[in-house]
Amino acid sequence: MDLFRTATRIKTFDEKYRSLMTSGAIGGMYYSPRGQEFAAASVGRQLRRDDYVVTTYRGLHDQIAKGVPLRELWAEYLGKVAGTCHGKGGPMHVTAPDHGLMVTTGVVGSGLPIAGGLGLSALLRGTDQVTVVNFGDGASNIGAFHEALNLASVWRLPVIFVCQNNLYAEYTPLREGTSVDSIATRAAAYSMPGITVDGNDPVALYQEAGDAIARARAGDGPTVLEALTFRFCGHIMGDQQVYMPKEELAAAIDADPLPRFRARLLAGNLATEAELAAIEDAAAAEVADAWEFASNAELPDVAELETDVYGEGVAA
Amino acid sequence: MTGMRKLGMVQALNEALDVALTVDRSVFALGEDIQEPGGGGFGVHKGLGTKHGAGRVRLTPISEQAIMGAAIGAAISGMRPVAEIMLMNFVHVCMDQLVNHAAKLRYMSGGRTPVPLTVRTTTGAGGGFGAQHSDMLEAQLVHAPGLKVVVPSNPADAKGLLLSCVFDDDPCVFVEMSGLYFAGKAEVPDGDYRVPLGKAALVREGSDVTVLTYGRQVVDSLAVADTVAADGISVEVVDLRTLQPLDTATVLASAGKTKRAVVVHEAVRRNGFGAELAATIHAELFGELAAPVARVAAPNVPVPYAKSLEQAYIPSQGQIEAAIRRQVA
Repeated sequence: MDLFRTATRIKTFDEKYRSLMTSGAIGGMYYSPRGQEFAAASVGRQLRRDDYVVTTYRGLHDQIAKGVPLRELWAEYLGKVAGTCHGKGGPMHVTAPDHGLMVTTGVVGSGLPIAGGLGLSALLRGTDQVTVVNFGDGASNIGAFHEALNLASVWRLPVIFVCQNNLYAEYTPLREGTSVDSIATRAAAYSMPGITVDGNDPVALYQEAGDAIARARAGDGPTVLEALTFRFCGHIMGDQQVYMPKEELAAAIDADPLPRFRARLLAGNLATEAELAAIEDAAAAEVADAWEFASNAELPDVAELETDVYGEGVAA
Repeated sequence: MTGMRKLGMVQALNEALDVALTVDRSVFALGEDIQEPGGGGFGVHKGLGTKHGAGRVRLTPISEQAIMGAAIGAAISGMRPVAEIMLMNFVHVCMDQLVNHAAKLRYMSGGRTPVPLTVRTTTGAGGGFGAQHSDMLEAQLVHAPGLKVVVPSNPADAKGLLLSCVFDDDPCVFVEMSGLYFAGKAEVPDGDYRVPLGKAALVREGSDVTVLTYGRQVVDSLAVADTVAADGISVEVVDLRTLQPLDTATVLASAGKTKRAVVVHEAVRRNGFGAELAATIHAELFGELAAPVARVAAPNVPVPYAKSLEQAYIPSQGQIEAAIRRQVA
């Protein structure tokens, strides 16, 4: 039920955001995670608030799953001073250390070496915090991926490398630019477990993530966890997805994990229709409130332009 | 209260790291080959692995992106890493981590994630290492808002500036010129000695012309100042020490006093740090200067290997002297 709630909050936020973009109420760019909700929700459910998460420009689902409040999140997406980063980061750089969301990067693959540092920090400080770094299949072809996995293995860092494999690297199918069929197989080269799981099966992913996180917390080192998933809205808002067979997209949407999980909860008598409807209503109300809050919030004062470049006393 | 000892630059740096590791548990060092017995490519970490342990003096694979990422991740979560990137040209290998992440994470997070890390790196022409092991790349780093850039010229500053970098809350790139590593010993204060960032040193007072410089070229400029003093030319030498933040007040005060300025650096002239200095001085002192700011720097070529070419590449004392004489002619 918690998984359903988180995924529903993500989906509702995403749908509202896209509809406002389509109507022209919101500008800018947006990388929708629609279809990948459980890749974030199931892993996020296994994390503590003081655990660390690093994500990418397609990061809304990871940000919500780590517990970033929707008001501050939406305000940051609109560049408002009430946002998590006072409007200075935007959707591609959401940071909320109070909730363990340490970095959102706009550069493919760059989060992985930083996740290693977060893991190292926990080791050196003697805490049992773990770090989850999310990335796509495309990132596994970047040098930073390989350097980060190697170092995490050598130092046995408490890091879980979560590859949300949506089968497309920007506008290119995975198979056309990748030497392996499964990203998880690359873990073998770095002497760590590599696990592939159906990222649209929330319970299976929840269990595998739990195992990987438990290993990391116990000092047993890193894991590559590959969640097979799909993005329904292409790389970026407005992407016509001409590079993708129409049937492939239709089949993926047909297998939309959210309604499927909803039906599974009902069929297994794990939730009642009224309970699920209440979750959906609450998500809609929370998202509407976040949008209202963010749209009414102030833009940063121009005096903010040159602050936060350096620490105290140093002018930009 | 504290004494002084004569140390070379490598020893002074070693002592700074030792002090930092001793006084603050959040400090740790990481880099290629820095463990015993060598203590790094130039031995700056010698003895520290034994004293502070392999956990805090961490050997890394040859993985500059992973090293820099590890430093960044640790820095945003409560640590003060001191990463060694063996040679400055290898900074290019991790430029994304340094420029897109270390430099920007404070700003992009609205101040939520400061990045208190230090990157030490070695470089400089003259050792016969050719085009990919010798470049001075400071101008590229000063061009990245969020980074601080420091270039010491002597052992005492090396110690004091490095300790200030380690305990600064911003990412600092600390550039060590290899030609200074074994350039003789000098008095270095004991203990936790700090030289503030952003403060230039007036290393020689003069009245006719100001030389603005940093790193190894401070040594050359002082030698030239002695030479031309015999002809009655009084040269003021300013060691900038920190390029970002820049001590603009000292630069302008000195250039305003002498009305003549020569910038000397080993990096290539085109778009070098001297261009920024010249522009700043011209903008602020345009009507007062007796001559346009002159620049003595390397030509716009990669560092060559052949001894004859390498020596022609490095700004010479002769070139510095000629520039000074032209200013006062």
